[in-house]
Amino acid sequence: MRERIAAGTGVLLFAVLQFPGSNDDRDMRFAMKSVLGAEAELVWHGDEELPRSTEAVLLPGGFSYGDYLRTGAMARFSPIVAAVTRFAERGGPVLGTCNGFQILCESGLLPGALLRNHQLHFICDFVHLRVENSVVPFSSRAAVGDVLHIPIKHGEGAYTVAPEELERMESEGQVLLRYCNAAGEVTPEANPNGSVANIAGIVNARGNVFGLMPHPEHAVEAGIGGTDGIVLLGSLLDAARAGGVA
Amino acid sequence: MSKLQEPTVDLALAFEHDLDEAEYTLILEILGRTPTYSELGIFSVMWSEHCSYKSSRSYLKELPTEAPYVLQGPGENAGAIDIGDGLAAVFKIESHNHPSFIEPKQGAATGVGGILRDIFTMGARPVASMDSIRFGPLDDPKHQHLLRGVVDGIGGYGNPVGVATVGGETQFHERYRGNILVNAFNLGIVDADRIFLGKASGVGNPVIYAGSKTGRDGIHGASLLASAEFGEDGEAKRPTVQVGDPFTEKCLIEACLELMQTDVIVGIQDMGAAGLTCSSFEMASRAGTGIEMDLDRVPQRAEGMTPYEMLLSESQERMLLVTRDGEEKRALEIFSRWGLDAAVVGRVTDDGHMRIRWYGETVVELPIDPVAASSPIVNRPKAVPSDLALRQQLDLDAIAPEDDLEAALEALLDSPNLASKEWIYRQYDQLVQGNTVIGPGGDAALVRVCREDGSATKKALAMALDCNPRWCWIDPFEGTRAAVAEAARNVACTGARPLALTNCLNFGNPEKPEIMWEFSEATRGLAEAAIALGTPVISGNVSFYNETSGTSILPTPTIGVVGLLDDWQKHAPSHFPKEGLDVFLLGPEEASIAGSEWLALRRGIEAGMPPKVDLVHEKRLHGLLASGIASALIVSAHDCAEGGLAVALAECCFGQRARPALGVWVTAPGPAGESATAALFGERAGRVLVTSARADELLAAAKAADVPCRAIGRTGGEHLQIAPPAGSSASPRLWVDARVAVLETIWRRGIPRRLET
Repeated sequence: MRERIAAGTGVLLFAVLQFPGSNDDRDMRFAMKSVLGAEAELVWHGDEELPRSTEAVLLPGGFSYGDYLRTGAMARFSPIVAAVTRFAERGGPVLGTCNGFQILCESGLLPGALLRNHQLHFICDFVHLRVENSVVPFSSRAAVGDVLHIPIKHGEGAYTVAPEELERMESEGQVLLRYCNAAGEVTPEANPNGSVANIAGIVNARGNVFGLMPHPEHAVEAGIGGTDGIVLLGSLLDAARAGGVA
Repeated sequence: MSKLQEPTVDLALAFEHDLDEAEYTLILEILGRTPTYSELGIFSVMWSEHCSYKSSRSYLKELPTEAPYVLQGPGENAGAIDIGDGLAAVFKIESHNHPSFIEPKQGAATGVGGILRDIFTMGARPVASMDSIRFGPLDDPKHQHLLRGVVDGIGGYGNPVGVATVGGETQFHERYRGNILVNAFNLGIVDADRIFLGKASGVGNPVIYAGSKTGRDGIHGASLLASAEFGEDGEAKRPTVQVGDPFTEKCLIEACLELMQTDVIVGIQDMGAAGLTCSSFEMASRAGTGIEMDLDRVPQRAEGMTPYEMLLSESQERMLLVTRDGEEKRALEIFSRWGLDAAVVGRVTDDGHMRIRWYGETVVELPIDPVAASSPIVNRPKAVPSDLALRQQLDLDAIAPEDDLEAALEALLDSPNLASKEWIYRQYDQLVQGNTVIGPGGDAALVRVCREDGSATKKALAMALDCNPRWCWIDPFEGTRAAVAEAARNVACTGARPLALTNCLNFGNPEKPEIMWEFSEATRGLAEAAIALGTPVISGNVSFYNETSGTSILPTPTIGVVGLLDDWQKHAPSHFPKEGLDVFLLGPEEASIAGSEWLALRRGIEAGMPPKVDLVHEKRLHGLLASGIASALIVSAHDCAEGGLAVALAECCFGQRARPALGVWVTAPGPAGESATAALFGERAGRVLVTSARADELLAAAKAADVPCRAIGRTGGEHLQIAPPAGSSASPRLWVDARVAVLETIWRRGIPRRLET
């Protein structure tokens, strides 16, 4: 399997969804394809099914359908999201960044919701993220406590969830990333948007759906945003090469 | 449909449309009859200052527009230059001043939307935006509101369309209190052999309308809003501001770029100012054809719109295109897939006329060229401003020198004009498309060049917007030369070679001779500098009537220069990259407080001729920066601009992303005994701070290039320390000895702290 991927035969496909209003779709494809050397293709929101060789699904950032109602609220009715739900129910890995995270929450694949940033502004900045759990398929390349430097860019990224649900998620190790300072300390000052418990990224109970507000696809090249995003996207690639989690 | 009821056209109605008697007489002469109401509306917008450039055209003709790499100069939706690898860069800047003053969020948003359409109309994917914005003093609550609104509008439109905002400039000055400026720049990338033009060629070809439905918004925006000065009734003009829909724009970008991959399109143009009228007339005029259209086929948002309203609507996110006959279905399919309205609304004809019908009734029958290309040229009188001598005069001996140099430095860093603009650009997506090598906060932005298939090239484009309006007010000719030189210098500081420029000439009421003189001097300076620096003018925009109740803005010719870097990895940042590097000043050592930021901020005086720009030196300097950065002889470069040497040094010290703040120890250049105030805060064009780890080689290279170069210090520590020139006996031993972290906090808090009250 590993050799076949390296040869670029396209057996393991990373499906990058394209909604009207997606705008990091091409960037995600670039990161997976040009930087990590995987096969990645854009998949149209109106399609009823994912391509048969899909090994993992990536929901990119952007403003699907303009996000005029509520972020991600319209996208969940797309035909392709129904296909992604079936894919996730079979155990297929699904990763959503930013608007992708919002869509995963809206469609019930992840718990909680993303609200307006606490200071109400859109924020584009580099943040530090503490890795809270090293798990296949999303963060196996990192060790617990590692600090990643990856940008955020969103207006509605304040993660919120019911207290009892949060307690369960914490005890199950579902919180994968937290906003922290450069030293890795999780402090209120390091929380850019008012997320509960500084949460930047979570997985579902089964561990195969990952949503995060930061943009790993914008941190995959040394001279352009650094390479810390590869830790996350590369973990997904490793899992796919090893036969996936399904 | 009942027969159309329209007002009777006469001279009085023409006056209401801002046409004068001579223009109305000319219309009667051209037509040999009285125009219909719709036709009068068309003349009023097509002959408005905004669309016809009637006051400025004769001056703009004098600008240099050619170079071997210029693929498209002024006259199209945007200009284009060849950047190698079979690719071209398409760019332009445009004003949206009046709408932004009336309704800052929508005004700025639609400014961004409009310039994006100018770029993707040419077949280019928009990749980078910049904005030059100017307000009244930031302690005025109204201007705090305007700043918030404009930033919200730029981000609220630019972020959802997926185009990175990578730079710009922000300034505050009393003379923008009655009239803010919002100039929006965009740059796109296209295959050099697939540039699309706004031409309605091919008799019989279908004319297609695509995008948002037409509504009643923005009617007469170009003529009433953009071509007249504000009085007390500015608020009443709010209905002439359009409302933007970035989601539709994003879909329109993708649909048009997809369609452009086919060979269906013959010509395409966005509907901007004067909407359907301007786009159809210009497309037919460029092709030497005619068009007939049925207005009732245009997708409409409102019921019962009259032809007059539909022709003059400035509803956003609309395109007009001509496809090959028989291919209209393919075009309509692609627009439909992206959820956009599209309809065939007419055909190209061969008779040089615009024939517009409304439910079968002909409402417009006009010859194309007299309306579009032969609008009257107005030779407006010019006069040297009566106070020009006062503006230029300054008795340096009468200016009290600074007694607390560190306090002065802190005050400058805290002032809204020099403080960090992070509060603004943090609200913009600077990263989307994944090619931002240097984003906002650098001297120029640097964006890697990618192909439409998503593959990256080695090249990058550098771009910067600049203008020092105070210098332009003191001397519009010299000030504009300086603006061109500064924008090109900022581009050169990344390592790129400046190639071409775009400009947005913001001035007051051209009917006033003194304003017209300022404009003519500015264009003369622009031409001279563009020739000397080898950066032809490939696109631009003129914005007159930036006045309220008789007070004009400072003359503000915003210059946008674009340059090419062959290897994006071989670039220089503006900040000090590490400890232990030698710091050099390239360029003249002596500066002047005349016309400086220090003089304005600390002494409340705006006067005096700054040293003139030496364009020969400037060109040499740009060459040295390009070769020095390519060979890693120079590892950082920062333009020494407003605030002088001390402010430039502080800016080099401040932290960037992962790199913490870094100190520097410097001996001021210049003659021993020079005034500390002039040495630290004096300004002069053509000066750049660079660092190098190979001092001897740099000195030799500078000598060979005939560029003054003096080693002035070394990076390291946590303090900014500036000593008097060598040989000075003056005490204290250090003019400035400040913790960088303290200065940086002041600099970063300058704008947000004023907005929190």
